[in-house]
Amino acid sequence: MTEEHEVTERPERPSERPGRFGPYGGRYVPEALVAALDELDREYQAAAADPAFGAELDGLLKSYSGRPTPLTDATRFSAEAASGARILLKREDLNHTGSHKINNVLGQALLTKRIGKTRVIAETGAGQHGVATATAAALMGLECVIYMGEEDTRRQALNVARMELLGARVVPVSTGSRTLKDAINEAMRDWVTNVETTNYVFGTVAGPHPFPTLVRDLQRVIGVEARQQVQELTGKLPDAVAACVGGGSNAIGIFHAFIDDTEVGLYGFEAGGDGVETGRHASTISSGAPGVLHGARSYLLQDEHGQTIESHSISAGLDYPGVGPEHSWLNDSGRAVYEPVDDAAAMEAFQLLSRTEGIIPAIESAHALAGARLLGAKLGPGAVIVVNLSGRGDKDLDTAARWFGLLDPDAQEGT
Amino acid sequence: MKTSTAFAKAHAEGRAALVGYLPAGYPSVDGGIQALTAMVEAGVDVVEVGLPYSDPLMDGPVIQDAVDAALRGGTRTPEVLRTVEAVASTGAAVLVMSYWNPIDRYGAERFACDLQSAGGSGAITPDLIPDDAQEWLPVARARELDTVFLVAPSSTDERIALTTRECRGFVYAASTMGVTGTRGQVGNAAAGLVTRTRATTDLPIAVGLGVSSGDQAAEVASFADGVIVGSAFVRRLMDADDAASGVRAAASLAAELADGVRRATP
Repeated sequence: MTEEHEVTERPERPSERPGRFGPYGGRYVPEALVAALDELDREYQAAAADPAFGAELDGLLKSYSGRPTPLTDATRFSAEAASGARILLKREDLNHTGSHKINNVLGQALLTKRIGKTRVIAETGAGQHGVATATAAALMGLECVIYMGEEDTRRQALNVARMELLGARVVPVSTGSRTLKDAINEAMRDWVTNVETTNYVFGTVAGPHPFPTLVRDLQRVIGVEARQQVQELTGKLPDAVAACVGGGSNAIGIFHAFIDDTEVGLYGFEAGGDGVETGRHASTISSGAPGVLHGARSYLLQDEHGQTIESHSISAGLDYPGVGPEHSWLNDSGRAVYEPVDDAAAMEAFQLLSRTEGIIPAIESAHALAGARLLGAKLGPGAVIVVNLSGRGDKDLDTAARWFGLLDPDAQEGT
Repeated sequence: MKTSTAFAKAHAEGRAALVGYLPAGYPSVDGGIQALTAMVEAGVDVVEVGLPYSDPLMDGPVIQDAVDAALRGGTRTPEVLRTVEAVASTGAAVLVMSYWNPIDRYGAERFACDLQSAGGSGAITPDLIPDDAQEWLPVARARELDTVFLVAPSSTDERIALTTRECRGFVYAASTMGVTGTRGQVGNAAAGLVTRTRATTDLPIAVGLGVSSGDQAAEVASFADGVIVGSAFVRRLMDADDAASGVRAAASLAAELADGVRRATP
């Protein structure tokens, strides 16, 4: 069902300047990194045009990660939670390592070997991208160092152990807010220093060119599959596609194949945290302003002086003050709509999916489910909504157990 | 003073210029001004005033810590401009060193205008490359502000030419692949980079990253037109018991480095 060599398709960018999406994107990086970014771009274009590379990647996605992932008709969830709209789940949670992140890292690890580098570095927030990178590095025999905010290493201790079991070294980052944004800064510093041997396996569709394009093309398989599956199942295109948006890789992955289908609504749900009005959130597009962070122009959470504002979300994977530049462009052009979903609504959807479908979603993906409930109410019974279930919730059990009061009182200290 | 005048003056004396960096607002806005003023009196020819930013991805731990402290102390763009104005009034050439987003947010045109009014001679932009500098170059040119971009050991000859074409004032050559911070040795890559850069431009070339002692300054001054020192000055302020002794320590380092650039035999 997977289209052959989908990375060879290079859809037109909405801008003629390479690496730009309208006014967004670009390369706001130290000159020292330009040679490496140019090399990555060049090698990626050569790889994308090389049928052998596409075949090797498709083979890995199929035999190692388990693609294509199924599309699940969530009938009980739809009836109970979505006002009768028909919710279809794109099951990226069933990938090896438990999320869509593996699609990207398998491609980038192959690219690393092709370039002839022996070491990969990556940033991680919740740990999903770090685990995926460590996995691909183990598979391909690459040295692997993962940068993770000290705060996140505490929140996601189990994922730190997973990465170490896979042979990666996890470096806790204790600067700034000690979360994902600081992990990216530290990974960039490592890359500037070790660029000769090292490839930076960036986890999302943000960062300097070519990452937003490269990561999007590697995640595009989600939407390519889903578009075919939904037509096989329902005989038509869906009314809407919904995904959660942190940096935005799972969202762009499922959106991209539908962009030309203008009758299909594209909805990105950002982390509303405690509520956008409280200022404690990660709703970058819905309440940020354009600027430059981590190498690209895009929406970001910043104060009047251009200093980055810390984001807040119950979901470590969405807890990021920036967003991929193509999403900023899709927003401004009106092609996609971005709205916040707060912690409480996400956790309610988390519980509902668990109880109605027997699927425990990642809290990130629960934001998309909560958003789909609102969409269902708006679009009405009979509407078809494809939700990208980007990851599974095993990693979130501790957070969920605390949220729902499922732990014994002694264990609840500090909540 | 214009940057080019400062470099020309040093050149006329048969030596490299000494370029000193401190972030504004460290340990306080006035404390930073005092330290920079003392450094100028002790022999710094060109001053870089750092604009504290929340995500300084080109900087090592020393400058990160100082910048965090400056931000916690409330230093923002207006305080940076106040620092520029105070230090420029001593007669030194003063540039702002800033990541792009704070300038972008302030408004590139408004920043250029206010920097000029403060007596600043230009800006060094470590995460802005000429390829993406369309918002900065015209407004800086209009105010005759120097636009200083970086070249690195990894830069191709083609990129060096492209970069120096858009530089004004001087070219900042990063001595090693890496972030700011003192190093025992300034990389061998530096001399080669300066040679490759010189083939593309008549502008002065200053070498930064890693220089912390008079001997290193002398070594770099033997092949470059300027020696840039940052983290080592910050370190002196950081290790001092109080602000006054920090100022003295920074001035004494400036004197040692000023002696170094005069010892070099080109």
